[in-house]
Amino acid sequence: MIKLTINGEPRSLDVPADTPILWVLRDTLKLTGTRFGCGMALCGACTVHMDGNPIRSCTTPISMAEGKHITTIEAMEQDPVGRRVQQAWMDEAVAQCGFCQGGQVMSAVALLKNNPNPDDAQIDSHMSGNICRCGAYPRIRKAIHRAAESSGVSVDESLFTEVKA
Amino acid sequence: MSDKLKIANVSRRRFLKGLTATGALVIAARWTPAVFAQGEEPDDKKKYGADAMSHGWVDDPDVFISIAPDDTVTIINHRGEMGQGIRTSVVMVMADEMGADWQKVRAEQAIANEEKYGNQNTDGSRSMRHWFDPLRRAGAAARTMLEQAAASQWGVPVAECRTDVHRVIHVPTKRALTFGALATAAAEQPVPDRADLKLKSPDQWRYIMREPRDFPKANDEQPLAVDGMDILTGKALFAADVSWDNMLYALIARPPSYGSGVKSFDDKKALAVPGVIRVIEMPTATQPSGYEPMGGVAVLAESTWAAMQGRKALSIEWDNGPAGANATYDSAEFRKLLEKRAQKPGKIAAQKGDIAAARKAAAQSLSVNYYAPHMAQAPMEPMAAIVRIDGDKAEVWTSVQNPQAARDGVAKRLGLKPENVTVQCGLMGGGFGRKAKPDYVFEAADLSKAMDGRPVRVQWTREDDLHNGYFHTVALEHMEGYLDDNKRVAGWLHRSLAPSISSLFAPDAEYQSAAELGMGIRNMPFDIPAIQQENGEAEGHIRIGWFRAVYNVPHAFAIQSFVAELAHLAGRDHREFLLELLGPDRQIDPGKQDIFNYGEDPARYPIDTARYRAVIERATREAGWGKKMPANRGLGLAVHNSFVSYCAVVMDVEVTDAGEVIVHRADMAFDCGPQINPDRVAAQLEGACVMGTGIALMTEITAKDGRIQQDNFHQYRVPRINESPREIHVHAVNNNLETPIGGVGEPGLPPVAPALCNAIFAATGKRIRSLPVADQLKT
Repeated sequence: MIKLTINGEPRSLDVPADTPILWVLRDTLKLTGTRFGCGMALCGACTVHMDGNPIRSCTTPISMAEGKHITTIEAMEQDPVGRRVQQAWMDEAVAQCGFCQGGQVMSAVALLKNNPNPDDAQIDSHMSGNICRCGAYPRIRKAIHRAAESSGVSVDESLFTEVKA
Repeated sequence: MSDKLKIANVSRRRFLKGLTATGALVIAARWTPAVFAQGEEPDDKKKYGADAMSHGWVDDPDVFISIAPDDTVTIINHRGEMGQGIRTSVVMVMADEMGADWQKVRAEQAIANEEKYGNQNTDGSRSMRHWFDPLRRAGAAARTMLEQAAASQWGVPVAECRTDVHRVIHVPTKRALTFGALATAAAEQPVPDRADLKLKSPDQWRYIMREPRDFPKANDEQPLAVDGMDILTGKALFAADVSWDNMLYALIARPPSYGSGVKSFDDKKALAVPGVIRVIEMPTATQPSGYEPMGGVAVLAESTWAAMQGRKALSIEWDNGPAGANATYDSAEFRKLLEKRAQKPGKIAAQKGDIAAARKAAAQSLSVNYYAPHMAQAPMEPMAAIVRIDGDKAEVWTSVQNPQAARDGVAKRLGLKPENVTVQCGLMGGGFGRKAKPDYVFEAADLSKAMDGRPVRVQWTREDDLHNGYFHTVALEHMEGYLDDNKRVAGWLHRSLAPSISSLFAPDAEYQSAAELGMGIRNMPFDIPAIQQENGEAEGHIRIGWFRAVYNVPHAFAIQSFVAELAHLAGRDHREFLLELLGPDRQIDPGKQDIFNYGEDPARYPIDTARYRAVIERATREAGWGKKMPANRGLGLAVHNSFVSYCAVVMDVEVTDAGEVIVHRADMAFDCGPQINPDRVAAQLEGACVMGTGIALMTEITAKDGRIQQDNFHQYRVPRINESPREIHVHAVNNNLETPIGGVGEPGLPPVAPALCNAIFAATGKRIRSLPVADQLKT
C-alpha cells in the first residue's frame, strides 16, 4: 500500500511500487489529463507537481510519492495561478492539437509560482522540457507573459495556494 | 430524445425528384457525386474538389444540425480534429449561416459514416476548401426553415421575417421567437430548394472571416475553440483516454524491418510479469503492406505498465527472409546510391525547349545535389485504439484522420458489415499524415477478436512510433542551371530521386507518382526557355507514408535553395532574381500539361504567378528585405505553392561563432484565399514555421541494418521552445472571397527550410545542401 495525496484527496494505492506515477494516474485512477508522450522524461506531456515541484510522472515511480502531494492538471482550476494560466492560454488561443498542453500548463504554473515575472530567456529555459509538435511556442511565451501581467497583487494568492495544496 | 428535435423532412426537397425512399441517410447518399454521375450529370464530366472525393459532400441540415427547445443548437463536425481547429471552424460556419449564438452552440463529433456525412478523410489540407460552401448551405437551409416556421406561426409572409441572433423577428411588429421556441415547428418545414437558398452576405457574418481583434463588436463574442477549456483542464478525450469494462492493455513488439516476421519467441518471462494475461503472435504483413499491421508479438495485460514490462521480457528471434533487402537497409548507403544514380538521366517527366543547347551556350553553370532525409511525423500522442466485438457488431474508440478507412478495414477483417462497425474518434493529439493510416486500429481489432471480443486497447510507445512508422520519403534532388551572357537562367534541369508512397501499395513502384512530381516540380512556374524535369529510380526500403506537405518538402528545399544559388552566381539580389524567374503575371493551366493540381479544377485553380509575386512582395516588405544586417546575421527568402495556396517566407537568422543557429524572426506571407477562421490559419502557419525550423536544423530519421536508429526524442530531435523562432509574423494576402479557397494545414511548411538555409548563406556564406543542418556549421 502506498499512501499519498492526489489533488488534495488522501489515497492508499495497491500497485507495484515501480509503477510510474503516470500509469497510476491514467490506468488506476482514470485521471487521463496527464498524458503519455515519450516515457523517458523527454517531452513533458506527463508533467505533474509533487509537493509543488514539476516532475515527469512517466519516469517517477509511485514509491517516490509516498507521503507526498501530487497535483495534476485536473486540479488546476482550483489553483489561482493555474486559473490565470488557463485563462491566458485561452486568451492567446495557444492550443492546437492540445495533447501537450496539460503538461505545458503544469510547467508554466510551476514557473510562475517561483518566478512571477519571467523574461523570455527564463521562459525558454524553464519550458524547454515540454515539446509541442504543433509548434505553439510563440503563443506559449505570450501566454506566460500575459498570465504574469495579470497577476497583480495575486502573487500572494499563489503563495497561499501552495500552502493549501 | 424528445428534447432534441431535428430539422427534418428533407424528402420534400423538390430537387430530389423521383426519390421514393425517405430518411436522411438515404437522401444524403443520394446527394453524393457518385449518384450525380449516374443520373443527373453527364458521365464523362471530370469531377474536381469535393465532388471527386469518396462520398463527396453533403449539405443537408438534417445531417448536421439539431435544435432543442431549451435553445441549444447541436452541430456535428464530421472532420478529424488534429490541431487545425476544424471542430471549431466547421461548427462556426454552420452556426454563423443559421444565425446561432455561439454561446448556445454545442459541437458533436460524428462517427465514421461517409454515406451520411460525405467525405471524412481529413488529409490533403482539404476540409475548408471542400466544405465551406456545403456547410454554409446547410446553415442557411436551417435558418430558412426557422423563418418559415415563425412566419407560419404568426401568419405573416416569410419575407417579413428575418433572423438576427438565435431568434427570428417579424420586422413590421418587432415580435420575436427564439430558435428553441421554433424548434418543433421548424422541423415540420420543408428543406428549401438548394437553388432558392439565400446565403448571408459577408457583411452579415458574425464569426466567419473575423479576426480575434474584431471582437467584441456589438453583441458578438469571439467563437472560442470548442475544446479550449477541456484541453486545459485535462477533460478532453484523446485516443487513449477512454476505458471500457474488462479492457486489456496491449503492447506489440513489431518486426525491426519492413517485411520481417517472427521466427520464434519465448514468452515465459513475459507471462510471469504480474498482470500479463496473454501473449499473441500477430501475422506478418506481406509487402507491399498498405495499411496492414506489420505483425509481431502482442502482450496483453491488465495495465499499460504490466504490458510494457511484459513486452520487455519477451525474447523474439526475427525472420528477416521476407524483408529481403529491407533487412539490410542503410540510409547512408542509400544516399550514396541515389547520388550515383543522379549522375545519369532519369525518366523524362516534362520537357520544354532544348536543355542541351542551353548547356552548350551557357556563360555560367551550376550543378549541385540537395538531400533531404527521412522523417517521422511524431505526433505528440502516440497511436492508440480500443476495439470490442459483440456478436456481429464491433465498436472502436480511436483517433484517425480517415475514420471511414478504419471502419471499412475493421469490418473486412472481422467479416462484419460496415454498418455494424461503429468508429468513434476522439481528439487526435497530432496527425501530420501518420494517422491517415489506421494500422493501429486493425491491430486492436485482431487482438479483440483473438480475445473473443473482449475490449483491447493497443497502445503505441514513442519508440514504436519512431521504429515502425510510415516515414517521410528520402530525396536526392539533382539540379543543373545554365545562365546566358545576360546572367539570365536559360536552362534548368531537375532530376528528382525519392521513394514513392506508391511503394506502400504497389509492388515495384520505384518512381515518384504524377501527384508526387506535381508537388513542386511539374507545377514550377518559372519562365525559363529550357526546362527538363526527370524522375529517377528510388525504391522504398521502409514504409513510406504521408508527412505534412509530403513531396513538397524536399522539392521546395531544392528548388528554392537553387534559385538563391543561381542568384548568387549571377551576382543578383535573390528577391529580384526570383521575381524575374517568375516572369510576367500570368495564369498557367495545369490541365493542359496534365499537372497534378490537388484534385482541383484547373480553370478555377490555375497556377497564378501574380499570387506568387504578391506573397514574395509582402513577406520581403514586412521583413525589411535589403536592410543592413548585423554581422553573422542574414535574411533568407523562399516561396512555394502547394495545396492550391501560396506562401513566401523570410527568415532572419543569426549563426553564432559556435555555429549555433538562432532564428530571430520569420515573416510568412500566406495566400489561401479567404481565411474562414483567420486565427487558426495563423496558428497553422506558426506551427509550420516551427516544424520547418526543425526540418532545417535537426529532424532526421536514419536506418542501419534495416532498423531505425532513433529511439525517442533524445535522438529524434524536434524543435523545443528555445530552438524555435523568437517571433513569427503571419501576413494574410488575398484574404478575400474573390480568390478560390485553398489549403491551410500543409502549404506553410515547404518554404520554411529553404528560407532558413538561404538565410544561413546570407549570414555566413555557407550553403546548406543537406538537411538537417545539425552540426554542419560547427567548427
